[in-house]
Amino acid sequence: MSMVQLLQTNAQAAPAKPRPRVRLLPYLLSLPALLVCVAILVPFVTAAVYSLQRYRLNLPYLRGFIGAGNYIDFLTDPAFWNTLQISITYTAVTVVVELLLGLGIALLLRRPTRFHNAVSIMLLLPLMTAPAIAALMWKLMTNPSFGILSYFVGLFGVTDFKWASDPSTALFTVVLVDVWVYTPFIMILLLAGLRSLPRQPFEAAALDGVPASFVFFRITLPMLAPYIITASLFRLLDSIQQFDIIYAMTQGGPGDRLMVFQVQAYLEFFQYTNVGRSAALLMILWLITNILSNIFIKNWLRLRARAHGHA
Amino acid sequence: MEHSSLAGRIFRGVALSLILIFFMFPIVWIFLMSFQNNDQILRIPPRILFEPTLANYEALISGQLRTAAGNLQISFMRNLFNSVVLSSAAVLLALLLGVPAAYAFARFKFRLGETIAFTLLSFRFAPPLLVLLPLSLYYQELGLNDTYFGIVWVYQLIALPLILWIVRGYFEDISPDIEHAYRLAGHSWREAFTRIAVPLAGPGIAAAGLLSFIFCWNNFVFALILASADKQPVTVGALAFVTASGIQYGQIAAAIVLSVTPTLLLALYAQRYLVEGLSLGAVKG
Repeated sequence: MSMVQLLQTNAQAAPAKPRPRVRLLPYLLSLPALLVCVAILVPFVTAAVYSLQRYRLNLPYLRGFIGAGNYIDFLTDPAFWNTLQISITYTAVTVVVELLLGLGIALLLRRPTRFHNAVSIMLLLPLMTAPAIAALMWKLMTNPSFGILSYFVGLFGVTDFKWASDPSTALFTVVLVDVWVYTPFIMILLLAGLRSLPRQPFEAAALDGVPASFVFFRITLPMLAPYIITASLFRLLDSIQQFDIIYAMTQGGPGDRLMVFQVQAYLEFFQYTNVGRSAALLMILWLITNILSNIFIKNWLRLRARAHGHA
Repeated sequence: MEHSSLAGRIFRGVALSLILIFFMFPIVWIFLMSFQNNDQILRIPPRILFEPTLANYEALISGQLRTAAGNLQISFMRNLFNSVVLSSAAVLLALLLGVPAAYAFARFKFRLGETIAFTLLSFRFAPPLLVLLPLSLYYQELGLNDTYFGIVWVYQLIALPLILWIVRGYFEDISPDIEHAYRLAGHSWREAFTRIAVPLAGPGIAAAGLLSFIFCWNNFVFALILASADKQPVTVGALAFVTASGIQYGQIAAAIVLSVTPTLLLALYAQRYLVEGLSLGAVKG
């Protein structure tokens, strides 16, 4: 078949549409987004390479490939295990507290009255405060000499409560800030979920006089499960990477009490100029988040398909 | 389902009051603090009634901070200006890049599109430092370190996934038939895109833009690593200000109020879209 014939048959098959242009179009439209992706992938790959190197900014001549050396060092490094433990504790505590509190608030605000809607809008404000700024707000409120919260606990006879500057209460303090900022996130997602549930099962249960606890555990919770899972995974993914609140509050201190992954990696890079170690730490964090985000994306896609009305 | 018993109503009332106090008190307290001088702030017990002063805001706006040790130059207004410039530019760029791509992902099923969409989504959840630390070394070589462009570029990591996924949902909700009909009338795809699809998805695009603005404004770690003092936004600036001003608590509170007011007002304005934006379109409010 000659080129002319080929063009003619194509033209006959689709007389109205200029086919080749249409096929190219989606690629042209998404080209800029693709470029951004590539621009992100380059430093990402670089980080993976750094993690396999002995690479210190202050000792450039020592730089060289050491394979899994940085990772193997972690196995016997108490600082690494401390980081892992603090990160997991922080994540577990914040997500559990925020989930229970957020679910509770969502249930309280379930009926769409004007007052309930006003409350739910007010609760958005902490969520829209920059986490780093939120940490500063709480820092002012927990200041030992004039902080209003220090004054309040003093009224209950607790003197010398040092909040973030005491190793025994530092974790509690940053968790409190995290809960203040992010509980509304879970609340508004679950509230939207609750209000979108079909009414029939609840009406039927009310007619049959089914006890409230049975309705909650056997109808509400199972139907709300996809929303709960999506909201928790969202928070899990953000919480294990928390940086802003902890850095703004104590920079990982006192001592190494709040050395979560990203704060440790930041200090490793800028304070100890150990690029290789910092990159290896972040790669381990990435591995954890990657597993979580794969589970998350599956759930999220299902919910999204439902929200946009196509399975 | 509804507890209408007296005990139930009392429980709900008490619970809601405690919740409102916990979540609202810090904002109210810092707001009040920003109108107090240091003597008033340090007074024990603290008082709700006080003579308000605008001195903290005056000091921040004039850039002159009088301390016991002498006059201190502060550039908090510069930080505020940087936040406006960086967040606005980042959102404009993200809309320019993201809206056509979102349209392509919604209208044409092609493998590369899905790959891009999911790569961006998965980077939304990757540790930001993983990209930022190597990037800071690249930026130093490229001369992009501490430039508005360099920061706006990495802000795409925040804004682009948000815009892509939310706007894509809006485009998918619009039936392609309208555009087909318009095209059969002899219009090009470009006209169908700009005159039919974009106006119909307008509210979604506006919401995604506002939310991206809020998230860029609230970001801390990107500028902490890539910007020096004269390019820093308020989030980083406020922290530096705390270190520099030491015990000028009233000014710190005023700086906090100035930093959060824009996003809180925008959030109230856009609250209808927040649920959808926060869940990247998975949950509709």
